[in-house]
Amino acid sequence: MTRIKYFQELFQRYRRPGDLVFAVVFLLFALFLLSQLGEQTKWVKRTKWFGQPALWPSIAVWGMVIFGAFHLLGSIVSPRIYGRLKEVVFWLRSLEYVLYFLVYVAIVPLCGYLPSTILFALFLTLRAGFRRPQHLTLAALFAVCVALIFRGFLQVKIPAGEIYQYLPEAVRAFALSYL
Amino acid sequence: MDTLFSGLQILAQWDVLMALVIGSIGGVVIGALPGVGPAVAIAILLPATFAFEPIVGLTLLLGIYGSSMYGGAIPAILINTPGTPVNALTTYDGYPMTKRKEGHRALSLAYTASFFGGIFSVICLILLAPLLALVAPHFGSREIFLAAFMGILLVVVAHRGQTFAAGMLTCFGIFLNTVGLEPVKYTKRFTFDQSWLSSGFDLIVVVLGLFALSQAFLLLIEKDHAPGDAHVQGSMLSGVKELLGIKRIATVSSSLGVLMGMIPGVGEFTAQFLSYTYAQKTSKTPDAFGNGSPEGLVASEAANNAVPGAAMIPLLALGIPGEALTAMMLSVFYVHNVIPGPQLFETQLDFVMALYLALILLNLIVLVFLLFSTNLLLKIIQIPTRFLGMMILTLSFIGVYSLRNSITDCAIAAGFGVLGLILKRLNLPIVPIILGMVLGGIMEVKLRAAMAAVKTPIDFISRPIAAIIFVMIIGILVLHIRTLIREQKAKQKPEPVGPDYEHSSQQG
Repeated sequence: MTRIKYFQELFQRYRRPGDLVFAVVFLLFALFLLSQLGEQTKWVKRTKWFGQPALWPSIAVWGMVIFGAFHLLGSIVSPRIYGRLKEVVFWLRSLEYVLYFLVYVAIVPLCGYLPSTILFALFLTLRAGFRRPQHLTLAALFAVCVALIFRGFLQVKIPAGEIYQYLPEAVRAFALSYL
Repeated sequence: MDTLFSGLQILAQWDVLMALVIGSIGGVVIGALPGVGPAVAIAILLPATFAFEPIVGLTLLLGIYGSSMYGGAIPAILINTPGTPVNALTTYDGYPMTKRKEGHRALSLAYTASFFGGIFSVICLILLAPLLALVAPHFGSREIFLAAFMGILLVVVAHRGQTFAAGMLTCFGIFLNTVGLEPVKYTKRFTFDQSWLSSGFDLIVVVLGLFALSQAFLLLIEKDHAPGDAHVQGSMLSGVKELLGIKRIATVSSSLGVLMGMIPGVGEFTAQFLSYTYAQKTSKTPDAFGNGSPEGLVASEAANNAVPGAAMIPLLALGIPGEALTAMMLSVFYVHNVIPGPQLFETQLDFVMALYLALILLNLIVLVFLLFSTNLLLKIIQIPTRFLGMMILTLSFIGVYSLRNSITDCAIAAGFGVLGLILKRLNLPIVPIILGMVLGGIMEVKLRAAMAAVKTPIDFISRPIAAIIFVMIIGILVLHIRTLIREQKAKQKPEPVGPDYEHSSQQG
């Protein structure tokens, strides 16, 4: 009994809700990589151990498995913290914003950087719960500044929107280069 | 003296000076905004700097790095919310001082202590530069391998109470670096026959996901709140006189900051911990620590501001970044085909000097800016957190997309954004992943190069510097095991239970 208590004390650590879920998923991922180690890396003939392409992936994956197992052990022997499901739901809620972000990424080459950024900033501002006109104006102003500074002034590599082709000739060249 | 002069010449270009001013002031604002931090800003701006000369890009990023902690002290002291994670210790003594209506005193002391730490570290670096130029050429492949290994070891053991998590995340970082087509034998590693995995994981994409996108997601999902209103009155220079009264603590803390900054994998938290402990142990009023002690405040601020300058040493002299922010700066070098390492100190000492001088100027600019704009900053930081989340997500797009105009990169960054969010929520460290990626790559290349000249295992540590680093590695391991045993013994003794102490594992 004393031995078990000592063992628990040795591995107990500070945790937050959801720690066990992460520890399990990480270890499973590490074990999956370990199972693929032979398939996905090669030990090449006539090459010494330090030059083997499989050396560092092996060190990394074994390290993930060993440390991950101890991390999980620490989670198991530490007192349970309630709120695990709530925490996992919180993590999953981020996927909504991942989706918005990827939609934004997809529309930039079509609609152009400036219009897409204004739309994205306004949409996110509304989604975040800001409805007042000054918030929306600020968001639009922010989007315009970002687009002009980065694409117009700093000439950061972002393609021009396909939609710009349909602009009147007087504005088209400017839009293709700066907006 | 000649190198110092040619360093000045490099610095005296309008674009470099402009980058320095924008970086310094931008860094203060970013540091003062709770929830942003220098790592997010550097990650976003990184690809934009690739278009500039290396000195311009580095000065901009260095400006943000070196000045953010000044800004971070403002909300830490006045509203008990650290602007950057490394300002957390400042709240211990800064906020109780504000509660005693000494907010102005605390803030002015924090500024002067930060300035002292920053300048002290640069002076140390300038004095050390000739010595480094002498020692750096003796660093060959095996020494750099051992130094990188020491960095990996330190980043794992420095995360006290989370050693296993830090270990598994470091290994995950090393793993990420190995994915893709391996450049020596041209074999595929963990590509699963997917073309998007063949080119591997780009460090900047991972960094942007883990630091910037994760923070944006977190701010957008969490409950909205805006820091409260605060105001200070009076001259900010009054702290100078008070700092002179506690110059011993300021000097020791800055020295510890320099020392910890130079060692890869350690950084601000350890420097603060050591200097705070020293200040408390040697103080005439140790009980005042945590309740508004000016000495505690000085120890915290002087130590963390001495780190950025010193952290440039392993980066410039060995090409080994000590923490996440310098790891990001390393990519600026790589993009311009400037490989930092021993030869940089031999052939481009003026470039190194220019960076050091930029650090001095940065501290001056920030101090002058803060003397006049503290109240303005207090207004800026009242931006609601969800609105800030929107801003970060919008800006993150530029960082990821401008790299290669790749939707896949954006999707990968978003994936790492979710991972970063989970790690932040669990208070698990993100830095080990980044250092694992960078140092893992360095170790692989350097081991291969070093072993070509090694006949027996003892050859690896037969050169003096290699032997010293090896002894240090053994020392770190022995000390870590000894600390674990002591902690375990102390745990078994019955002792009164105090309040739970939880410090952030996030850096930058």
